[in-house]
Amino acid sequence: MELPLFMYLILSLVMFGCGVYGFITRKNMIAILISIELMLNSVDINFAVFNRYLFPGSIDGMFFALFAIAIAAAETAVALAIVINVYRIAKKVDINQITKLKF
Amino acid sequence: MDSVGNIILYFIIAIAIIVFSVLTVTTKKILRAATYLLFVLLATAVIYFQMDFQFLGAVQIAVYAGGIAVLFVFAIMLTHKPGKAAQPITSHKRALGLTASIAGVVVCAYALFSYGNKCLQTLAPAGDGDYDMATLGHALLDSNTVGYLLPFEAISVLLLACIIAGVVIARRR
Repeated sequence: MELPLFMYLILSLVMFGCGVYGFITRKNMIAILISIELMLNSVDINFAVFNRYLFPGSIDGMFFALFAIAIAAAETAVALAIVINVYRIAKKVDINQITKLKF
Repeated sequence: MDSVGNIILYFIIAIAIIVFSVLTVTTKKILRAATYLLFVLLATAVIYFQMDFQFLGAVQIAVYAGGIAVLFVFAIMLTHKPGKAAQPITSHKRALGLTASIAGVVVCAYALFSYGNKCLQTLAPAGDGDYDMATLGHALLDSNTVGYLLPFEAISVLLLACIIAGVVIARRR
């Protein structure tokens, strides 16, 4: 018995579904960012697994996952800086209370 | 790669990822959500090690589990009061969220299983020195068509811009 490709894909699919659910239902900005991290992480798994299973010997998918991790880290750092700054100004982190930019 | 231990490890990791992903998005307390996210990220690093991507697994642990999780905990501590007065972080759009996520998962799973026997592919053993550090380093600093010098430099500039942006945004006025 060996592990076929789709078992890893199912795993990342479940993780992505959880991320979508959290992204829609959460109202705290940091919790939304956590859900985004889940989705990005599942995509990284897909890159690595597709590379390893379908194209063994090449490292392109691994580098895509590597660059995606770097970009996700940068995005999270800037987003958390924005959240902290908004909290410092408005004393709120819930998206249904921050309505100053709403039309 | 087809040892029994590998399969047992896969199932442990699969159960951990599914349980902790669901807990991450359903728990009521935000610090617990960040902790469960840390467990998911560590389990993902184990998957990378299973795929023979040792460098990617190390980066996952160092950047995600070591950097981003700590950053989340810092941000939560700066913006929330601990204890019983903590606000619940879930809104009322639960039906919409469930519908969207389950519909997406079902569509993707249908596409996956109707694609054919490509997804029954099993793991080929890694060649000698396919994924060692010398290969990765040469590919990362290679300016040929198979190299990654340009994205590497672009990400360096992006990180510099990110540092400046973080300083500018978080500066006290």
